[in-house]
Amino acid sequence: MKTYIYLIIFLLTTPLFSQPSGKEILNLIDKNLTARTRIMTAKMIINGARGSRTIEFKTWAEGEDRAFTEYTNPAREKGTKMLKVEDKLWIFSPSTDRIIQITGQMLRQSVMGSDLSYEDMMEDPDLTSHYSASVVASDTVQDRKCWVLQLNALAEGEAYEVRKIWVDQERYVPLREELYGKSGKLLKRTQLSEVTRIQGRWFPMKIVYKDMLKAGDGTQFIIVTIKLDEIIPENTFSKASLK
Amino acid sequence: MLAFKLALKNLIGAGLRTWLNVFVLSLALVMIVFQSGIIHGWDLQAKIDMTEWEVGGGEYWHNLYDPYDPLSLNDGHGSLPSELKKLYNDGQAVPVLVTQASVYPEGRMRNILLKGIDPSQNIVKLPASLMKGDSLVINALIGNRMANATRLNKNDMVTVRWRDANGTFDATEIRIAGIFHTNVASIDNNQIWIPLDKLQKMTGLDGNATYIILKQGITSAPTVPGWIYKGHDILFSELDTIIKSKSIGGLVLYIILLSLALLAVFDTQVLSIFRREKEIGTYIALGMTRWQVVRLFTIEGAMHSILSVVAGAIWGMPLLYLVAKYGFAMPKATEGYGLTIAEKIFPVYSLGTIITMTIIILVTTTIVSYIPSRKIAGMKPTEALRGKVQ
Repeated sequence: MKTYIYLIIFLLTTPLFSQPSGKEILNLIDKNLTARTRIMTAKMIINGARGSRTIEFKTWAEGEDRAFTEYTNPAREKGTKMLKVEDKLWIFSPSTDRIIQITGQMLRQSVMGSDLSYEDMMEDPDLTSHYSASVVASDTVQDRKCWVLQLNALAEGEAYEVRKIWVDQERYVPLREELYGKSGKLLKRTQLSEVTRIQGRWFPMKIVYKDMLKAGDGTQFIIVTIKLDEIIPENTFSKASLK
Repeated sequence: MLAFKLALKNLIGAGLRTWLNVFVLSLALVMIVFQSGIIHGWDLQAKIDMTEWEVGGGEYWHNLYDPYDPLSLNDGHGSLPSELKKLYNDGQAVPVLVTQASVYPEGRMRNILLKGIDPSQNIVKLPASLMKGDSLVINALIGNRMANATRLNKNDMVTVRWRDANGTFDATEIRIAGIFHTNVASIDNNQIWIPLDKLQKMTGLDGNATYIILKQGITSAPTVPGWIYKGHDILFSELDTIIKSKSIGGLVLYIILLSLALLAVFDTQVLSIFRREKEIGTYIALGMTRWQVVRLFTIEGAMHSILSVVAGAIWGMPLLYLVAKYGFAMPKATEGYGLTIAEKIFPVYSLGTIITMTIIILVTTTIVSYIPSRKIAGMKPTEALRGKVQ
């Protein structure tokens, strides 16, 4: 009889134990999305008030701190290069043949009128080390069951104090993210879709960024090709590669 | 004296040709005085406006603040030191905190400077008292240029996004409590003013300021560690540079105008000597030396300038007076130039400029009159009497 009671208690509590903690989910997300290096070709479709335009580029990134981007299309932007090393950003414009350094707040400025800031584009945030996470609900996004995670910044100085992430319960890929201001106002929303298996990881190939304070349909970020953990030559992240 | 009488008689006798030259010369003179008056008037008005609206009696800047470097705003602020706090408490100064922000009128993003100032201040003309009122809403003040650029009206609500001292984003709605009209673009373009205490709270920079405006008339500026005093000479230096470059640009115009007028006088002299060879021969035959005749023709040419001063005074003075009284309307587009420039400029004429220009015209006209007249010195009187071209 005692055995049956234990069995019933075990069966009733199993769903509770099967739900991973916020930290575990974050670790699994980081495992999926964080790579030592990334080499990708991508395009950005900016939907503005005067219509939309597409910018194509190739990015070589190493961790959070180093990234090199070269614009390949349209002709007006072709040859423009950006190099990010830690919190410094250099831009080379072929039309002026000059390298300009942008630091600090300017990294948070919009990239070519899009809903993305330079930081959004170049960062690969390791969420585990910056945020504490707790599962606050379950929801369905893109017909997939998701955990809803609330992330609170561990220390002052994070761009967004609170984030909410909808994480696919099977693939541990975020499908939606909301970024909130200090006062709790929703500032940005990100929709991630077209989740594809890449080198044993699940990776979203389409991301739609929407600045919630701005009118418009947001900016689409579409990854065309991506290679993870490839070796990137050291000189890629030097200023010499800008010219 | 005979030469002057004769020259005047000849000039008046030449009729329309003389009056055309006189008019062109007087036009150059009046235009130069007008142009110089406009620049001088702009300079004076701009400095008065800047003093009243922006810089007061001078400013103290945090030593890391550089208005030309937006990145300096991250660190270019600090707590008010006791010396400056005392001035603030005594109503002798007002602190201003500046931070970068974005505003979203009609869903469009626009990068701006968010400035905090005490709504009770009376150091500058900014109508800060309009920001007083409901403590639940942030009342903001914008200038007419900013209102035009963002299409914001009084009582509109608009979202502002900023980062606090630690770099964390936040956003809130603010109410446009008033729109002020000023000639000083540097406190208007891409700027929103809100109460200082609200901005300090929003950014987590309690008691901090970026710069402090002193009341007009404060003459002593004690040395304050960490803060740099900026007097009018420094605060007006940008305007002085613009005025200087405009003055140089004006100088080019003066040279062109004067050259055209002098060319007409020169041309008249050449033609006059060519057509009046018999007359020249007669003068010499009657006993005048060649150089006396040269002097006569030179005086004749130079008399154009004297007549032009008289003519300029007759038609130019009333005109210049009317412009000085009613002002010279500047095109609407100048509002967007970012310069301190009034809708109407009231020219300030300088006696020094008028005297200098009169002397320059007199001297240059004499020179251009003398140059062709030298030919007379080489003439043979017998040939000249016969009217033979030499």
